[in-house]
Amino acid sequence: MAIVKVERPKLSAGEKIYFGAILKGMVITLRHAFRSLAGKSTGAETLKSSGIGVTMQYPEQKWDDQMPEYYRGAPALVTDEQDRERCVSCQLCEFICPPKAIKITPGEIPSDDEWAKVEKRPKEFEIDMIRCIYCGMCEEVCPEQAIYLRPDYAITGTNRSEMVHDKKRLYEIGGKRVGLVNKWNELK
Amino acid sequence: MSEDATATAELKLPKDVAAEKGMVNVQIDGKWIQVPRGTRMIEAAKMAQKEIPHYCYHPKLSSPGNCRMCLVQMGMPPRPAPGEDPKYGEDGYQEIGWMPRPVIACANTVAENMGIRTTGELVEKTREGVMEFLLINHPLDCPICDQAGECKLQEFSVEHGRGQSRFKEDKIKKPKNVDIGKNIRLDDERCIMCSRCIRFMDEVAEEPVLGFSQRGTHTSVTVHPGYRLDNNYSLNTADICPVGALTSNDFRFQMRVWFLKETKSIDLNCGTGCNTVIWTRGNEIFRVTPRQNDEVNSAWMPDSHRLAFHQLQTDDRLTAPLVLKDGKHVETSWLEATAKAAEVLAMRQPNEVAVIASGRLSNEELYLARKIAGALKTELLSLVPRVGESDGKLISADRNPNTTGASLIWESDDPGAKLDAIREGVAAGKIKALLCLGEDLLEEAGFKPTHLKKLDHLVVTHTHANPTAAHAAVVLPGVGFAEKRATYVNVTGRLQRTNQAVIAPGGVRDDWESLACLLAKLDPDYEVPASMDGVIGALGGEIEAFQGQSFGKIGDLGVQITDTGVTIPLLEQERARIASGQIVG
Repeated sequence: MAIVKVERPKLSAGEKIYFGAILKGMVITLRHAFRSLAGKSTGAETLKSSGIGVTMQYPEQKWDDQMPEYYRGAPALVTDEQDRERCVSCQLCEFICPPKAIKITPGEIPSDDEWAKVEKRPKEFEIDMIRCIYCGMCEEVCPEQAIYLRPDYAITGTNRSEMVHDKKRLYEIGGKRVGLVNKWNELK
Repeated sequence: MSEDATATAELKLPKDVAAEKGMVNVQIDGKWIQVPRGTRMIEAAKMAQKEIPHYCYHPKLSSPGNCRMCLVQMGMPPRPAPGEDPKYGEDGYQEIGWMPRPVIACANTVAENMGIRTTGELVEKTREGVMEFLLINHPLDCPICDQAGECKLQEFSVEHGRGQSRFKEDKIKKPKNVDIGKNIRLDDERCIMCSRCIRFMDEVAEEPVLGFSQRGTHTSVTVHPGYRLDNNYSLNTADICPVGALTSNDFRFQMRVWFLKETKSIDLNCGTGCNTVIWTRGNEIFRVTPRQNDEVNSAWMPDSHRLAFHQLQTDDRLTAPLVLKDGKHVETSWLEATAKAAEVLAMRQPNEVAVIASGRLSNEELYLARKIAGALKTELLSLVPRVGESDGKLISADRNPNTTGASLIWESDDPGAKLDAIREGVAAGKIKALLCLGEDLLEEAGFKPTHLKKLDHLVVTHTHANPTAAHAAVVLPGVGFAEKRATYVNVTGRLQRTNQAVIAPGGVRDDWESLACLLAKLDPDYEVPASMDGVIGALGGEIEAFQGQSFGKIGDLGVQITDTGVTIPLLEQERARIASGQIVG
């Protein structure tokens, strides 16, 4: 490898005091400042600017409609067309979950229930959102298409217990999901 | 050349060498091994460390050969023409002529110069075909099926199946979630007709209530009309069911098996001491299943004993030492409780003190109980006998798991003999202080509350809060069967061990430790050993039967340390069936 000696550039006296360059920078900054006050910042429209500059005023403004289909937010449970809870508490998600965020208490469906033939459902289903890393393994492993990562990303709470999503909360986030395989709906 | 020929003629052929030992030569996947004459092909393959997948075959049951999963390719030397001598190759074996169709390995026995192929195109195609037929009507229940994770159908379908179903027609519908007995749930759709449960109920439990009904694809396992599967050995059918057709009501939907940790232990509900596996997750026991030990429990276990673990996980467990202060029990430190116990026991004359130990205590605890009685200079040391009726199978008439251990350690033929004397002494007011280890005296010991009120001082150790403990001056909490390492001697004289599966609530001290500390207070010369192994060592030094024994030496299957002459009826029945060739054993 040949050694290349890099010479320092020779600066003129004007360049050496840097004043010109500083002034130039200030002019550019000021120009952008005035433009942003006039609501003419570059890319303001595509970045959903709130009016001044390109900044979106979160949480008053949100970029939810910009989110891609495949966005991985909070994992949640879904019900099918007949409002049947799809989860049968097979506990595969609990097993696969890398940070061990999921805790399921399995339970039997009582014999007088409309869906008694499914036999099993979660008595309690808890996802600790402090632990969750949004990897989507639970969705991938689910044999019943019951758990999905939803676009909800603003998971907040003021203490640890609020950050644990219980079954009720998970169905609230998940809602109804149609067009999935319905293996329990056939005459059985 | 001629020299070579004479040399081979002098050497014995492999078949003659094997025949002298009652063995035969079998070639398994190209390798020759010697196996005993009359061995099943599947067992011979097991000896050669080759797995032959199977469903219906179980060494402890008869072999009907109906699942067809164990099909292998078999070959024998071609039959010589009349007058022709058999030809032996250079290795001394005859050439094997392979049969074009497979045979079942579970019900056929090996023969001299037989060849078995457990792999190869024919065998693999056959298995794939059998798996496809088994899966045709099998429902997609795995997510809700308790067997998932320990299901042979899942395992072999991954290993030997074709991966995808070609079946376009509708699956046969059969009864699901059928209540056939107290402990067992039946799902007929999942059944693969291996008939293991039917044979178990017929041959081992001797209550043949199960059978097949219908024909063809509609064949299903049913319980005989008017009968239920309420036998005390019914849960063994769930254990041997290779699929999820029979599942345990108790364990149903409690936890997936892949979360459970297995701890080898023994059962402490009777003198037999069935070998068990305790399945736990976290600090909770989910189920107890039998573990094979041909000297104790074969591969079975009574339902009543395996469900007894629930008694351990109740809310009334004692979690801290208690002393009586102003008529109320208050929690205190181990140090204070032990000192108080020693004080109240030692302040009486030797003939005013008695020690009642439980037959459920381990060898180490019984040894320390004897030492404590010695330190108190009292002769009044007794067990509480628990005598029931043997069920003629695995449940021993002696419901204490360690009566034999007590006889050995206390050097007494009847360790429970003095119980009546102690009770009468207490009733007459002669005995003023009583140490009660692991027993509720108001239960089986025949004591009455009025007796206990006559005592000046009562010291109790127990796992649970109980009426006897309510009368006690000092209560020391104990640990249960799954919470400690300990050794026991069963009715036949076999030394066995339990392992710790869970931690006792409240982080309670091990029983041997609390007793050793109490002994150290009573006898200043006694030094508390660093671990339980020290107690076994000391025990071995004093009692001949335990000489040289250690926790590690006992092993998972135990060691016979004495012969009591007692036999386990189920094992006798099993041995008779092995001798008559009905089962492999």
